[in-house]
Amino acid sequence: MSYGMDTSNSRPLDVSIIGIGQTQVAEHWSVSLRHLALKAIQAALADAGVKKVGALYVGNMTAGTLSHQQHLGAMLADFAGLRGVEAVTIEAAEASGGAAVRQAVLAVQSGVVDLAMAVGVEKVTDMVGSSATMAQTNSMDADYESVHGITAAALGALLMRRYMHEHGVGLADFAGFSVNAHANAEGNPFAMYRRAISVDTYLQAPLVADPVNLFDSAPAGDGAAAVIVCRTERARDMVPHPVRVAASALATDAPAVHDRRDPLYLAAANLAAGRAYMAAGIGPDQLNLLELHDSFTVMVALQLEAAGFAPRGGGWILAGNGDIARQGRIPISTHGGLKARGDAGGATGVYQLVEVVQQLRGTAGRCQVPDPHWGMALNLGGAGGTAVAHVLERLV
Amino acid sequence: MELTRHWRLHNQRYSLVGEQCDRCGARLFPPRDVCPECAEPAQELFTFSGRGQVYSYSTVYSAPEGYQEYAPYSVALVQLEEGPMVTAQLTDLGDDKPEIGMPVEMVTRRLRADGDQGVIVYGYKFRKHVKDII
Repeated sequence: MSYGMDTSNSRPLDVSIIGIGQTQVAEHWSVSLRHLALKAIQAALADAGVKKVGALYVGNMTAGTLSHQQHLGAMLADFAGLRGVEAVTIEAAEASGGAAVRQAVLAVQSGVVDLAMAVGVEKVTDMVGSSATMAQTNSMDADYESVHGITAAALGALLMRRYMHEHGVGLADFAGFSVNAHANAEGNPFAMYRRAISVDTYLQAPLVADPVNLFDSAPAGDGAAAVIVCRTERARDMVPHPVRVAASALATDAPAVHDRRDPLYLAAANLAAGRAYMAAGIGPDQLNLLELHDSFTVMVALQLEAAGFAPRGGGWILAGNGDIARQGRIPISTHGGLKARGDAGGATGVYQLVEVVQQLRGTAGRCQVPDPHWGMALNLGGAGGTAVAHVLERLV
Repeated sequence: MELTRHWRLHNQRYSLVGEQCDRCGARLFPPRDVCPECAEPAQELFTFSGRGQVYSYSTVYSAPEGYQEYAPYSVALVQLEEGPMVTAQLTDLGDDKPEIGMPVEMVTRRLRADGDQGVIVYGYKFRKHVKDII
């Protein structure tokens, strides 16, 4: 299988992550978009022990709508004391963060840039109520989905209801995904909701869009996260614990769910994960943890199926069999995931990589998975129209 | 105010006019000019019957800007009898609850209005299929 890759013969340079930074995901009423980004950028620079980078890639989804601010590349570079640097925004809806990291990796792999940073930032609380709900539909097909008044939650609900119908499962069968995420977030100081929930709490939660309830869906919050990458040969001299980017892959599907051959199959996630496994030279069985895009519980089941952890229609079984717990076969949402760390929109993909790096460094504290060597981040835009997969490897 | 953006889609919104691929025969809605099945040009117009069945459904309680006055409302993925699937609202349900597999037919309804002065956007919704009158 080539997973549709168009590969060149040239061998890319080996790349590692040498710096990470993040803010808590929260309703940061007193903090602006640029100040949020600055905190993550400064934390990543300090972590890597560097003052400057050669390129800055910004992952963001809604600033044009919610903050009336685009041109974030120049804006954030200037604000962070990096005036003059190459800087540009990468947009792929909620997959913007993962796509920005991929650009940073490509820039270093090519040999053109020595040190590259990706910062994901999302500021969702500058508008409240129906305007904010509207901005979250920007990843959908405006002419054929959003015009019918559909919301992100309703789209998740359409997939969840059909999944329940085809595979004969009930609401309670999804509880484990939400319970696991909340339990893991307890140990993450950067999480939005740091408290465990019970299965009963999940089952009694109010409906958002039937059958999706409050604990099926991830809460939107403000946040920023950043990573710095450089060549692996250089990384070993710069920091004590570089983490190797073993694979970086991005794939697309029809953005509108109704345009897909099978709405319950995440084709882009399958392609991105498959290409990443090929590039890393591993299979899903070798991964020690997976940060996936748990915007809705049904999306967890669909991603586990698309990325090779369960057969079609079998993803939901992992919610209840212990596989996804910290000590399980494939721990997921180890820092709370979107569900409990919080859904920081286009910053999500960078948060995921920061969390995987913490795990592979062995500095994840109470969130730590036992002795991991390989970790993957799977970041989706919209309902899977874009998928970005990164496989990271601990360097001994 | 968005005028031409909605006006230019009137054939799709009012009459479910899509396209057909010359090469592989796939019926396409929405129209997209390039067949997603075989990547060949697909520009021959094809008008859909408007009949289909509910693939999945939900209810929107917390509506986006411009739709709050209609909430709560039912939304669905409808599989058209010619193949393609469309996203749309279900309407005229009365006391009926939607079901997966429920036969539906297209009707034209108001989708949204931009306040008292703005454009009223009309388009397709689907209602439970009423038996053909002889």
